[in-house]
Amino acid sequence: MSDGCIELRDAMMQRIRAFFYERDFIEVETPIRLKIPCMELHIDAEPSGDYFLRTSPEIFHKRLLAAGYERIFEIGKCFRHGEFGPLHNPEYTMLEWYRANADYLDILADTQILIQAVAGISASTWQKITVSEAFVKYADWDPIGHYDEDRFDLDVVEKIEPALKALGGPVVLIDYPVEAAALSRRKPHHPLVAERWELYIDGIEIANAYSELTDPAEQRRRFEVCAEHRKVLGKTVYPVDEEFLRTLENMPPSGGVALGVDRLLMLMAGADSLDAVLPFR
Amino acid sequence: MYSASDLKKGLKIEIDGDPCMITNFEFSKPGKGQALYRCKIKNLVTGNQFDKTYRSVEKVKRCALMSRDFTFSYIDGDNYVFSDNETYEEALLSEELLGDLKNFIADDMKVEILFHDDRALDITLPNFVEMEIAETEPGARGDTATNVMKPAKLANGYEINVPIFINEGDTVRIDTRTGTYTDRVSKG
Repeated sequence: MSDGCIELRDAMMQRIRAFFYERDFIEVETPIRLKIPCMELHIDAEPSGDYFLRTSPEIFHKRLLAAGYERIFEIGKCFRHGEFGPLHNPEYTMLEWYRANADYLDILADTQILIQAVAGISASTWQKITVSEAFVKYADWDPIGHYDEDRFDLDVVEKIEPALKALGGPVVLIDYPVEAAALSRRKPHHPLVAERWELYIDGIEIANAYSELTDPAEQRRRFEVCAEHRKVLGKTVYPVDEEFLRTLENMPPSGGVALGVDRLLMLMAGADSLDAVLPFR
Repeated sequence: MYSASDLKKGLKIEIDGDPCMITNFEFSKPGKGQALYRCKIKNLVTGNQFDKTYRSVEKVKRCALMSRDFTFSYIDGDNYVFSDNETYEEALLSEELLGDLKNFIADDMKVEILFHDDRALDITLPNFVEMEIAETEPGARGDTATNVMKPAKLANGYEINVPIFINEGDTVRIDTRTGTYTDRVSKG
């Protein structure tokens, strides 16, 4: 661990909380142990007795949005099985915030101001590139309408991320193929595109945001496709979370984002591995 | 077979029949995508280095490497011939594979040879060998400082730096791992 990282984290946490309090967000706490983890193709939950540890607080934040809470944030530990590397730790700190009657672009504006306030990176330095533009430019194909999962993932790691690193600073990769939408909604009039963005700073993925999907029927279909796919891969298949699907019926249109706090701290410390900022790793 | 998640730095694997070693390894997981294992790999036969990314569903072949003890017997053209200490089977290692190590091989030297199937890949000599200095400028009498070095040649022409007090005919100890002078064994 680098010198001063404990103090740097403390200062960062204070600035993050100040940012949200100034904007009338309320800090919430949601369960860490869940009966049904959120089903995503490549995210595996850590079992904990009869429960699972959360991979994200997303499900409960959406229940709070449905219950009328319009600006909420949470900073807490999340857990993902088997993820370990310079940029991964199976237990890590996530910042999530959601706004009712907002979309992914409103959340992008929040994120720019937050990053400026916390990390001192000016919002004017941000670059934005669509997934389609980035792939055509750096990988010679367009995944929108021609999605191929393996090719997409490999090219992100081998071509796109190195290119974003070369661009330097904050780059927003925006408008994903609908097949990689996860829990985001389709773009109006562009059914092949999902309203999702990822923030990269110096080529390192920092945050993932959506205009949230609020259509229970489409969400059910996505869960079912995902369950089938997980079964084929030999992964644990989680049951469809019926309570969550009912929640979506009452959820206002919303935008939300998850931001990796440890990675942001790593960047602020000028380090290239989480080893430098996680004292007990 | 290894699963991609078993891969790590230093692991030996087989690719297209060749033994390879993972020299650098990084876990990667883009966005909501699948786990990817980015490796830098060295082909242990050709020495070529290359990058390869494995997906978590991919399987990687194990590489069976085995070390056996041999004794140096003779030189046959460009090949150095060693005999197995137990079976007396002969193993031929090319001058090219031996590289600089060929300069330190002496009669009846005990060595360890690393095989992939029946192919010799690498050789380990004793850490230290004693060799006679064949050629060097005369040493300054009484100067036993070890930090002033001068060039010298072994009988086989290998050039090495030795302290200034070493003379022709002296026997010195050489570290085969670095190819450098260690100390003087006896005066000539």
